[in-house]
Amino acid sequence: MSRIAARFEQLRDRGRTALIPFVTAGDPSPAVTVPLMHAMVAAGVDLIELGVPFSDPIADGPVIQRATERALAQGVSLDDVLDMVRQFRERDTETPVILMGYLNPIEVMGYETFAVAAHAAGLDGVLIVDVPPEEGHALVAMLKAQGLDLVYLLAPTSTEARIERIGEVASGFVYYVSVKGVTGAGNLDTAAVAEKVGLIKSLIRLPVGVGFGINNPETAASVARVADAVIVGSAIVSRIEALAATPERIPEVVSEFLTGLRQAIDEVDAHVA
Amino acid sequence: MSTSPDNFDWAFAGAAHARRSHPGAYDLPDAGGHFGPYGGMFVPETLMHPLEELRTAYERYMADPQFLAELDADLQDYVGRPSPLYHAERWSHELGGAQIFLKREDLNHTGAHKVNNTIGQALLARRMGKTRIIAETGAGQHGVASATVAARLGLECVVYMGEVDIARQEANVYRMRLLGARVVSVTSGSRTLKDALNEAMRDWVTNIDDTFYIIGTVAGPHPYPAMVRDFQAVIGREARAQMLARSGRLPDALVACVGGGSNAIGLFYPFIGDEGVAIYGVEAAGDGLQTGRHAAPLCAGRPGVLHGNRTYLMEDNHGQIVETHSISAGLDYPGVGPEHAWLKDSGRARYDSVTDEEALRAFHHLTRTEGIIPALESSHALAYVHKLAPTMRKDQTIIVNLSGRGDKDMHTVASHDGLVL
Repeated sequence: MSRIAARFEQLRDRGRTALIPFVTAGDPSPAVTVPLMHAMVAAGVDLIELGVPFSDPIADGPVIQRATERALAQGVSLDDVLDMVRQFRERDTETPVILMGYLNPIEVMGYETFAVAAHAAGLDGVLIVDVPPEEGHALVAMLKAQGLDLVYLLAPTSTEARIERIGEVASGFVYYVSVKGVTGAGNLDTAAVAEKVGLIKSLIRLPVGVGFGINNPETAASVARVADAVIVGSAIVSRIEALAATPERIPEVVSEFLTGLRQAIDEVDAHVA
Repeated sequence: MSTSPDNFDWAFAGAAHARRSHPGAYDLPDAGGHFGPYGGMFVPETLMHPLEELRTAYERYMADPQFLAELDADLQDYVGRPSPLYHAERWSHELGGAQIFLKREDLNHTGAHKVNNTIGQALLARRMGKTRIIAETGAGQHGVASATVAARLGLECVVYMGEVDIARQEANVYRMRLLGARVVSVTSGSRTLKDALNEAMRDWVTNIDDTFYIIGTVAGPHPYPAMVRDFQAVIGREARAQMLARSGRLPDALVACVGGGSNAIGLFYPFIGDEGVAIYGVEAAGDGLQTGRHAAPLCAGRPGVLHGNRTYLMEDNHGQIVETHSISAGLDYPGVGPEHAWLKDSGRARYDSVTDEEALRAFHHLTRTEGIIPALESSHALAYVHKLAPTMRKDQTIIVNLSGRGDKDMHTVASHDGLVL
């Protein structure tokens, strides 16, 4: 069983909803990322999504675009990101880590080279934003051969047929994009999310994480009522941005924010239990 | 061989069966939008179903005689088609080789080939019930062509344009605003065309219900490369019929500039099955390929994935897209349509490049010998003809796509010559 599947099984047994933070690797500087990952685990997160910087992030809103630009200005490459995962694994062999990014850096590194290096670094899964199930078959085969989970996006526009198709190729969990829009969008409609997540769960067996637009404990709690995982990105990255001049404070401030989210989610979990 | 007037009209009439049935035409892309290893649909999940809806609507209306009649009427009465195929006799004589024919897309309404595509997509948008159109633009030509058709159809229009391009194309920005479009300055990344495209895709994913994204070139996810090609193929259909009517035979060579590659594919596509017709695409070598300051992915890039498709790109060793340079803003793009990538690999077309300086010399040369001021984009194709024509016999013919007029480039050329207008 993969580290991601094992983690979700554990969480289910304990009646706990996962909290998944997203940070852009190397933002605002490469030295910040690994200590921040450990601090987030200490604050109660269950899985970490690490963003791979790409020059043309079409699915990202302004907050993560700027994070990407800060990381690229430091020359952070896909090799560097895998090295951060390797360093993280030196002290943490439990917490699953997935990469979220775009295809081209992987395309240039080479599918097999990437798959082998990712496995060796201790990575658990990959979410490639611009690879729907219609594309990337050769890459998917190589990632699966290395035991990596393939996390796919689902969206408000996904039809039942698409949800089923994605359920067949995805592993680990699926990531439901709660709004039509880019990362960091506002106005999450919790009733609409609940309805769509219900539909997804009726069609596929994998755990369902919900992200895009979750930026406070209240929204996190309402999403926790319907989802297996609450995914938070831009709200963390904007806090990192505000502290770019004093990076030593980043782990503390991000942890405090995540602790608040964790508590709100735990209250929901306790109530549901 | 003589060509009957019936055949001639048939090519312009745009009957449904004529749209895709060219002699020996190949049937790419496949159902998933692939041209061999290129093309495809590399987009976030949110866009997959809307792209499927677009593909379905597009295929339905391209087989709908009423839609095609509406499109053809607009191309004739609003755009001014067919555009002439002009024999540049004086220029041909000076170069001393092949006879050169200019396909006069510069005479279209709005001054370039771009409007062939925006008319088609805007009519499709209206049929699909969309009330808002968005577009990206580099030099501003596609933005102007989009704002123009939006004004005519009464659709809201938002054009994304890089901050850098807004500064160097003020006149076109003003034209778009006059036409009622909102021009949004894009300040992310390199602040040029590729970033405008990123921002337009972000808008589209956010406003998918009421918004139609008019992509200006043969790039983007399927069905855009095929759809834009089919709307632009009117250029090649006309040119083919015009040349047959005039000389009773096909041209020996075609030449067009390639940025994203829509004017080029529009000319090339109806000739792909004509094996005797040599096809040349001309990229922007900027300061020279060896300097790295250019916009020639087919000549000096390598395959990768950007903006929804796999194609040749300009990128660094880590897969980050790099900034491009060309004196012509319309060619200043790090990718190229996936069908060109396929035509290159298959050997059916040859791709070469010319520098800023060569393009400028051709710009002045055509202006002085034929009294036609070409766009700087088109001047790249003309500069290649300067090299190609003298290697051919006088009884051979070249069709070059004069894809746009040079009015928009007055400031650029003047400042290059040390003048301020």
